Amino acid sequence: MIRDITIGQYYPAKSIVHRLDPRVKLVSTLLYLISLFLFKSISGYLIATIFLIAVIRVSRVPFSFIVRGLKPVIMLLMITVLFNLFLTRSGDVLFHAWIFTITEGGLVTAVYMAVRLVYLIIGSSLMTFTTTPNELTDGIEALLYPLNKVRVPVHEVAMMMSIALRFIPILLEETDKIMKAQIARGADFESGNMIQRAKSMIPILVPLFVSAFRRANDLAMAMEARCYRGGEGRTKMKPLRYKGRDRMAYLTMAAYVAMVVVIGRNVPLHVWIF
Amino acid sequence: MSIKLEHLNYIYSQGTAYEKKALKDICLEIPHGEFVGIIGHTGSGKSTLIQHLNGLIRAASGELYYNGENIYQEGYSMKELRGEVGLVFQYPEHQLFEIDVMTDVCFGPKNQGLSREECQDRALEALRLVGLKEKYYKVSPFELSGGQKRRVAIAGVLAMRPKVLVLDEPTAGLDPRGRDDILDQIAYLHKESDLTVILVSHSMEDIARYADRLIVMNKGTVMYNDTPKKVFEHYRELEAVGLAAPQVTYIMHDLAGRGLKVRTDVTTVSEAADEIMRVVSQYK
Repeated sequence: MIRDITIGQYYPAKSIVHRLDPRVKLVSTLLYLISLFLFKSISGYLIATIFLIAVIRVSRVPFSFIVRGLKPVIMLLMITVLFNLFLTRSGDVLFHAWIFTITEGGLVTAVYMAVRLVYLIIGSSLMTFTTTPNELTDGIEALLYPLNKVRVPVHEVAMMMSIALRFIPILLEETDKIMKAQIARGADFESGNMIQRAKSMIPILVPLFVSAFRRANDLAMAMEARCYRGGEGRTKMKPLRYKGRDRMAYLTMAAYVAMVVVIGRNVPLHVWIF
Repeated sequence: MSIKLEHLNYIYSQGTAYEKKALKDICLEIPHGEFVGIIGHTGSGKSTLIQHLNGLIRAASGELYYNGENIYQEGYSMKELRGEVGLVFQYPEHQLFEIDVMTDVCFGPKNQGLSREECQDRALEALRLVGLKEKYYKVSPFELSGGQKRRVAIAGVLAMRPKVLVLDEPTAGLDPRGRDDILDQIAYLHKESDLTVILVSHSMEDIARYADRLIVMNKGTVMYNDTPKKVFEHYRELEAVGLAAPQVTYIMHDLAGRGLKVRTDVTTVSEAADEIMRVVSQYK
């Protein structure tokens, strides 16, 4: 039941996107997210869409799998769209009833906002679908390494992140197990009002916290037993090295950004009010 | 009064890249009052199978009948089923959460909608059955030792007065003494209160000593379903799937191979001792 959450989950497949250096994927994702806010015309959106579809195809992650990752944020998306739709007042009035007014400006902002948000989520989840959490933290650690100079504990932060990520599936599984055990003892998590339902979570939360602390303790002990003492002087089993395909990916990304900015800002394309 | 499984299939993470068939076309019948052992390699589908028995997971296809009633039919009360079929998970002590032992054991009966007094009565009875000393009843469950916690957790299920008790490796991680105590207690319950017991275990010795019937699971299918004596005759096939017969089976086969005319179908140490004595005394 809990296993169905896909956000931030790795999708194993054999594709060039999967094999790229995590640093490339991190930087590219960041650039893509920024690029979405650098243009205002339909031509820009077209290029961003084509690029996204191309990357999805190349990554071999099924489209249905990506769409499933959108489900948890639908509510947030709806709220943003509705607020933009009804509260932006600019241009001609398209629709008016009781206290609700939709203006041209409102519709345009709402649609653009929705598209941008969806692309933001798909873009960033594409990175997590094609990169294992370990690669991801390796990449972050390497990219943030210069911050060491200003005394930011980069290695420690990266280690904390990889441990946290590592524990997500473990704790989910644990939650599933505890839930089942309590259901087997007749616990009911669905019926009752808000307060009763919140109370019915106690039989899950208490054992979950106990087990999380127990695991943290065990892990700390195991790390110390293997002489872990922070990042200083620590080498990697698989150091990150750029290869030919990584350079190609950077070039492609640069070409995309240049195109989206130049065309998106200078080539006007108008359909109705957009 | 029985549990009957017909062509049961179950698939994990259906429709994703991680899809895995966990159970394939399982047909079984477990009559009332039997002591059944389930054994199998890690990942053979034992735990998945037993979670079907009280409706915690629903089969992808196939039917499951409890006392002749299909539990997947509309309107069947899963809550009642869970009161009838008590399930003790692996490491059940990880589910304890209440402020003291007594309250924790009361959790099950309370969920069944019983009165405060009745809950207390049942909890006392269950705690007595698992042999926990009275001085611990008002102690926080987190202060107990591993073996004591396990007893409390098993009592938590027994307090619901199930007719069928399913235990998933109830002795994992316990010392030999704690293991024997708990298994003896379960065997006693089986005899005294006519409880159907389904015991999942990795230990052939334990199963041989207690179970009337042994189900061997392999890769999501039922490989053998017979009395332990009959199943252990296939000890070579068991080895091929990463299992083994009890050690005495090997000793008896070895002795027979060296010319001592012993029966090879004994399964427990005391049976083997008797058998060897019988044969040796004939030589005198």
